[in-house]
Amino acid sequence: MDDIKYTKSNYIAPKYVPSPDYGTPKKVSEKLVMLTIDGVDISVPEGTSIMHAAQLSGVSVPKLCATDSLEPFGSCRLCLVEIEGRRGYPASCTTPVAEGIKVHTQTQKLADVRRGVMELYISDHPLDCLTCAANGDCELQDMAGAVGLREVRYGYEGENHLKAEKDETNPYFTFDPSKCIVCSRCVRACEETQGTFALTIEGRGFGSKVSAGNKDFMDSECVSCGACVQACPTATLMEKTVIEAGTPEHSIITTCAYCGVGCSFNAEMKGEEVVRMSPNKDGGANHGHSCVKGRFAWGYATHKDRITTPMIRKNITDPWQEVSWDEAINYAASEIKRIEAKYGKDAMGGITSSRCTNEEVYVTQKLVRAVFGTNNVDTCARVCHSPTGYGLKQTLGESAGTQTFDSVMKSDVIMIIGANPTDGHPVFASQMKRRLREGAKLIIADPRAIDLVENSPHVHADYHLNLRPGTNVALISALAHVVVTEGLVKEDFVKARCERDSFVAWRDFVAKPENSPEALEKELGVKAQTMREAARLFATGGNGAIYYGLGVTEHSQGSTMVMGIANLAMATGNLGREGVGVNPLRGQNNVQGSCDMGSMPHEFTGYRHVSDDATRALFEAAWGRPLSAEPGLRIPNMLDLAGEGRFKALYCVGEDIAQSDPNTQHVTHALESMECVIVQDLFLNETAMYAHVFFPGASFLEKSGTFTNAERRISPVRRVMAPKNGFEDWEITAKLSEALGYSMHYNHASEIMDEIAALTPTFKSVSFKKLDEFGSIQWPCDDENPSGTPTMHVDEFVRGKGKFFVTQYVPTSEKVNTKYPLIMTTGRILSQYNVGAQTRRTKNVEWHHEDVVEIHPHDAEERGVKEGDWIGITSRAGETVLRATLTERVQPGVIYTTFHHPESGANVITTDNSDWATNCPEFKVTAVQVTRVHQLSDWQKHYKTFSEAQIAFANKKLSTQQPA
Amino acid sequence: MQTETLIKMANQIGDFFEAEPDEAQANLEIANHLNRFWTVDMRKQIATYVIEESGAGLHKQVVSAISSHLKV
Ligand code: SF4
Ligand code: SF4
Ligand code: SF4
Ligand code: FES
Repeated sequence: MDDIKYTKSNYIAPKYVPSPDYGTPKKVSEKLVMLTIDGVDISVPEGTSIMHAAQLSGVSVPKLCATDSLEPFGSCRLCLVEIEGRRGYPASCTTPVAEGIKVHTQTQKLADVRRGVMELYISDHPLDCLTCAANGDCELQDMAGAVGLREVRYGYEGENHLKAEKDETNPYFTFDPSKCIVCSRCVRACEETQGTFALTIEGRGFGSKVSAGNKDFMDSECVSCGACVQACPTATLMEKTVIEAGTPEHSIITTCAYCGVGCSFNAEMKGEEVVRMSPNKDGGANHGHSCVKGRFAWGYATHKDRITTPMIRKNITDPWQEVSWDEAINYAASEIKRIEAKYGKDAMGGITSSRCTNEEVYVTQKLVRAVFGTNNVDTCARVCHSPTGYGLKQTLGESAGTQTFDSVMKSDVIMIIGANPTDGHPVFASQMKRRLREGAKLIIADPRAIDLVENSPHVHADYHLNLRPGTNVALISALAHVVVTEGLVKEDFVKARCERDSFVAWRDFVAKPENSPEALEKELGVKAQTMREAARLFATGGNGAIYYGLGVTEHSQGSTMVMGIANLAMATGNLGREGVGVNPLRGQNNVQGSCDMGSMPHEFTGYRHVSDDATRALFEAAWGRPLSAEPGLRIPNMLDLAGEGRFKALYCVGEDIAQSDPNTQHVTHALESMECVIVQDLFLNETAMYAHVFFPGASFLEKSGTFTNAERRISPVRRVMAPKNGFEDWEITAKLSEALGYSMHYNHASEIMDEIAALTPTFKSVSFKKLDEFGSIQWPCDDENPSGTPTMHVDEFVRGKGKFFVTQYVPTSEKVNTKYPLIMTTGRILSQYNVGAQTRRTKNVEWHHEDVVEIHPHDAEERGVKEGDWIGITSRAGETVLRATLTERVQPGVIYTTFHHPESGANVITTDNSDWATNCPEFKVTAVQVTRVHQLSDWQKHYKTFSEAQIAFANKKLSTQQPA
Repeated sequence: MQTETLIKMANQIGDFFEAEPDEAQANLEIANHLNRFWTVDMRKQIATYVIEESGAGLHKQVVSAISSHLKV
């Protein structure tokens, strides 16, 4: 393996070295152009700007309005150059290179012009550099120095903008127009990088100024992505943390701990304090962009609610007792041993989370399999993307998305099914919107009008297939029917790449008249003609790429739909190259990784079944323990058995099943029935309220490890400060293992990855050292693909030939009737993340402080419900009360809500229905009735009393030093 | 575990493989799915149910898959 062995004491995270700002974006061209800049010959791709070429040859041309993340605009006139034989002084940012030209960037004349330009800027700029938050980090200041500005002749008495009022409404950044030089970098960042178009330059000439649609930033269209703040060369747009703490002094590259985009960030530090998270320009998933969560919402790591001392208690009706780590670990171990002796191994298990690093997931499943001696280990992907793992493995042979995010830039037709990228995967959505503005076509299949349908500037869906929730499989059959019966199958591809028999069976099945759009029109609620046109567009419009989310998986036929999507992609030849593919958008940061790491009860790392003797022998040899060949319990199985008193001990790391899993009352009943619930988390989450042992966890800023994003990209998470709780999470698991008599001796998370690599073919060549070198790696990474695999299934599918599956539509048993006449479906919003444990403890609550229910005005009127009314939502599982908002985004008969706040109780209503293959809950379809009410539901009242008592137990915890 | 839960789950699996035209193959696939994803206790419970209650409430295909190929 690798020559360097990292340990906690010798591991030094590679220092972030900022790459130069080339001023204008990189251009790609086969054709090279040769020119001379300040006497140096250089050849660059055609289309490159002179400014970019100059920087490549090591010459920095002064600039203000240009930066390499944006197309040049040519307004500041600071970057002028002379070209021999040409008249005037062209702007180097907007002038492309030409063969043989001789450019001079520094002449007396240029110096004079530049000084003049700077003088004008400075004459309308406050001279408070020494006390300015951007001091030392201001391009205006740098340029004043670079052009040698020594005096300003105009005086400050004339008309100026120095008194312009600050806008401090955004919780994370300020806008101080007195410092604005109207370079429009912010406006362009909002358009080009983010795609929101919230900013404009109002007025002309001297009177021109930046405006967020003539509103405060908070009331504007702004989604607080921070791209404008990053692009601003002055202190006009500035992070409040930098204003408070001053400029950072060092910076370490790490990975966002929120969504499955997996953005790379520079954690900009002052000692052990984070001052700013700035997206990493070299980040493979995000290329320097981010959203409000990753860039700004990290304050939870130091929130006062965070628990940093271990706690134990006998009963959940007892107050917590604060104890030392040794005591907590030993108590947990003794309880596990007691329960094993009394009820047997199979009454115990573990749950990991997609919020854990790969290394943490790996050691947790190792603990359960090797030490608990059972395969009862599962992960929260059970309730989100387990059908993806199953469906893609069956059809294509690998449980993962097929592309990189960048692949979308080569797509001609984008089909989004059951996903809402602008809210759920914002940075990828920005990239997708860029491609759509370039002209790619868009098909959206979603019961609700997500923003991309027609609520995003300069983007709209060509077809919105607003199907009824629960009818996905009928839709995919109807689309396939059109492809097959209208002769749009890519026969060559299918012949060469797929199993013939399976194709024929599938073709004959979808071709049946009952699968035609006309036959299914009524069931789906979508016009047959629209489906026909959408299918034709997808099959014939060039590179077709499918992106899907939980609107596909969280159904009773989730796995069937995933296979249906793979079928369609194979039949239309849309796999195995850039621009196409089947792309599951993963909710949380490490959904892909946690599945890869063997956290499902039936498989080891790399998706190898526990009954496979060779694989099991490999693990038995490495771990030195006998392992079971039988699949273990899935989360819903564990909960069912717990409720019956047959499952007694649970080690739950980073997951909050009491909030995120369906049918809350069923879950809490199960938790109450267990004898030892061990929760490892940052906060006293909903599950912890039912726990007997609480191990305080470390935040992503306090530990080392890796996350794997939706494009299989393994990215490093680096410890930038010491864990406030004392240990990295994998260390806690290792300690528990030790106390149970099995030593897990690792000096550093990198050694866990070395073990994973040694035992997992698709990770064979992955190591921390390599990640330090490459930045990130997309698995499979082995001898054949030492630098990873951006696009999968290129020459053949991982399973050899692609396999088609017949996907018979089976309507869900969750049916509407007169008692429950509406369908409730759920989703997410941009500013909050999953159960909200982190984002609710940041200023992101200013955007979303409660979950509301969207209801169609027609349904509202029938029930006498008005905007803002409390409505009671009743399902077969339970009842909750939320505030209503009336909107035509939802169709009549369908209501919609989010579940970021526990007191909303959205999952009190969701039922036990689940996917046939994986038991992934059917979160997206619940039959409900809605009525106007005036008070909270019984569950909510009970919840309030219960959670207040539990929080009091944690606040008034007893300490071993001072027994009460 | 409640037998009704197992019956519901088994029938859902049966629903998917019903589309398989070759009945023998469908039997194999259904049993295989149970063998790969259900714990041995769950499999035993459903097998016992099939014997004791002649599989009442279970799809015919599922009953025959369980009787012929389930590993218990
Ligand atoms: S924060 Fe983002 S969305 Fe808001 S104005 Fe700036 S670039 Fe636009
Ligand atoms: S706010 Fe900043 S980026 Fe925007 S125009 Fe003013 S100086 Fe330029
Ligand atoms: S939440 Fe997702 S999109 Fe936002 S910064 Fe983090 S990884 Fe990127
Ligand atoms: S940098 Fe070229 S005109 Fe401003």
